[in-house]
Amino acid sequence: MSIDKWIVLIGSTGLIGLIYWFFLGKKEKPSEISTDIKITVSGGYSPDSLTVPVGKPVKLTLTRTDPSDCLEEFVIPDLKIKKTLALNTPVTFTITITKPGRYGFHCGMNMYHGQIIAN
Amino acid sequence: MHCASCAATISKVLRRTPGVASADVNYATEKAQIKFDPAQITLDKISQIISNLGYSTNSNDKDRQTNDLFIKFIVSAVFAVFVLWGTFIGHLNFYIQMILASVVQFWAAWDFYRTTWASLRHRAANMDTLIVLGTTVAYIYSAAVTFGKVSGMPYFDTSMTIIALIILGKWLEARAKGKTSEAIKKLIQLQPKTARVIRDGQEVDLAISEVQIGDQIRLRPGEKVPVDGKVISGETSIDESMVTGESIPVYKHTGDLVIGGTLNTSGAILLSATKVGSATMLAQIIRLVEQAQASRAPIQKLVDVISSYFVPAVLMIAVATFAGWYVMVGFLPAMLSAIAVLIIACPCALGLATPTALVVGTGLAAQKGILIKDAENLEIAYKVSHVVFDKTGTLTEGKPVVTDIVPSNQVTNNDLLALAASLDVNSEHPLAAAIVAAATKTALKLLPVTGFKNLAGRGVEGTISQIKYTLGTPSLFSNVPADVARLEKQGKTVVVLAAVEKILGVIAIADTLRPTAAEAVSQLHSQKIGTSLITGDNPTTAAAIASQVGIDRYFAQVIPADKEKSIRKLQSEGKIVAMVGDGVNDAPALSAANIGIAMATGTDVAIEAAGITLVNKDLRSIPLALKLSRFTLRTIKTNLFWAFIYNVVLIPAAAIGLLNPILAAAAMAFSSVSVVGNSLLLKRVRFT
Repeated sequence: MSIDKWIVLIGSTGLIGLIYWFFLGKKEKPSEISTDIKITVSGGYSPDSLTVPVGKPVKLTLTRTDPSDCLEEFVIPDLKIKKTLALNTPVTFTITITKPGRYGFHCGMNMYHGQIIAN
Repeated sequence: MHCASCAATISKVLRRTPGVASADVNYATEKAQIKFDPAQITLDKISQIISNLGYSTNSNDKDRQTNDLFIKFIVSAVFAVFVLWGTFIGHLNFYIQMILASVVQFWAAWDFYRTTWASLRHRAANMDTLIVLGTTVAYIYSAAVTFGKVSGMPYFDTSMTIIALIILGKWLEARAKGKTSEAIKKLIQLQPKTARVIRDGQEVDLAISEVQIGDQIRLRPGEKVPVDGKVISGETSIDESMVTGESIPVYKHTGDLVIGGTLNTSGAILLSATKVGSATMLAQIIRLVEQAQASRAPIQKLVDVISSYFVPAVLMIAVATFAGWYVMVGFLPAMLSAIAVLIIACPCALGLATPTALVVGTGLAAQKGILIKDAENLEIAYKVSHVVFDKTGTLTEGKPVVTDIVPSNQVTNNDLLALAASLDVNSEHPLAAAIVAAATKTALKLLPVTGFKNLAGRGVEGTISQIKYTLGTPSLFSNVPADVARLEKQGKTVVVLAAVEKILGVIAIADTLRPTAAEAVSQLHSQKIGTSLITGDNPTTAAAIASQVGIDRYFAQVIPADKEKSIRKLQSEGKIVAMVGDGVNDAPALSAANIGIAMATGTDVAIEAAGITLVNKDLRSIPLALKLSRFTLRTIKTNLFWAFIYNVVLIPAAAIGLLNPILAAAAMAFSSVSVVGNSLLLKRVRFT
């Protein structure tokens, strides 16, 4: 096998490893407990991990700045909440989580994810 | 707006409007920036002022985005066709091809780049990432050919056609997705904006948010009922179809409840507001439907897991495809196959499979007066094999009336009824209420009772004029007249009155069966779903009622607390049980069943124990709800099957070089649209 083929093989293996690490090797970033959270929706959610107190109302404000229609809907299935996020328009609503635990949220097509940690 | 002076006119009028601090209307962008005090003026009012000037307002950016997509598709398609012609027939100069391709790549597809960049910053990726990678590789390779860095032919036609097709797919998908949520939009639009309220003797039009409980509201023919209320005077027919699915207008007179959002068709009435704002029935329905549409279907669990790994996995497959082809054949087929893998993968179809069907199914159900709590209950409803009907208030109207009075030789009809009513006036049993109502209707005088005693659901006893009377179920007495059996066989509930040990007569009470009961049962049977009746009546009465409506089995003499046991018995036989009740007295049985179906009473539809709530009183809604659930779940399953098969078959096909990237783009563009289209097909199903 010629040298260029070896380079492509080794490079591809490395690239596959890099893709795995980049997309699937993310570490969870701890966040401070808060009752008023602002989330920017652009290529995902910033922040994508929220920590909230149990039993207290928490105000969430989401602003979508990304035109991708993937992110147009915001869903927290366990809380049965679905909101349509118009572009560049803040959408505010209040949630109250009564049981401690992790509550995932995602976009309408389930490609971008985040979580709410209720302590 | 026709010109800049239109914008100036709107700005000027708005600035003069009380409550508006500033207004700036831009003719070019067709946008208005308005600062206003919500306490003084509402956005609706501002829209109305603009409409009065002859212009229309549209706050919906979505339409504009959809239009933009269409324009981008047209430009990309025209350029792509031109370059395709230039490649194969016209020998178009590479530089001209590159200029046209650059417009498509960096203008039409610019949003894909923006999203990809934003996603990568979050270490995330979606379909746009795949498209950007696939088309950019083709574009860069073609640019290298154009500048003479690589020998061969450019592939601008490929990158441009892919982008044109993907944008077409997105445009079609956006339009179709809008149609999936039409039902909930229609419900929201039902909410009236104003009410004609009587304040200080004057009729004033108030914004709906200002109406308070107890306000008197005047309603004329052709007007929408603004809030939930009770008719104080007048009579009319109200078309409730838009909220309850009830097709025939309902007659309303003093004391009747009316539902906000329904249409007053004939008479003028005065009503008193009983529920306003988020407490109205319509607001509750909208909330329940929205919650159901946001819920997660258990069937989707696998999709959730796959979605999290999908795009990275496709990227890895594309890299492996490139390496494999490069080693075995060479650069060009390696590049084209890797591009085909990137382009053919469609995570959107997977993501859209469940939510679109759920939104159409639950919306459709809501339009027919059926509120499905969430996706989980929809899945259970799909499996129901047996329906248990509670009798009173569910299968029947819940208003028992005295039908037969059979006295012995010692007393008259009126004596028997008066004695029974005198005893029963102290009881809270619904049958007692029927006897008292019959006596009141005949204007009989009730007698004073001493030593009243309730015999734990079997009857009552008390002393009248120093004689001890017992009134109750025939089982309380050792020797009852033959009339008891005769009346029970007619499905009536019979009570016997005795003075000391001597039987004075029997009274039969019956509750009118709902007119749709027999048809509902027959429809369930035709769906191969078994039926049972559950009642506190004795076996003879229960058997008679079951046979009148065609129900297979019955559970007789079941006290409310034991209904749950009957449900569990059916479940132990392997049946998936739906229990139909009123949601108030039957809450434990509704919860014990695999799925509880509650008939809403009054204007309260948020019934905790129910998986399905029926807003109307039409029992045919039960087979309809089950059928709709089956169709919705079948659509979800079909969507998921095709979305999985599509990716499982076509990604390997692209990897082994069986798919040209342009064909891959066409398949990809239509995969999401076909999923949404399949969900929309639910609307065409005939459910009756």
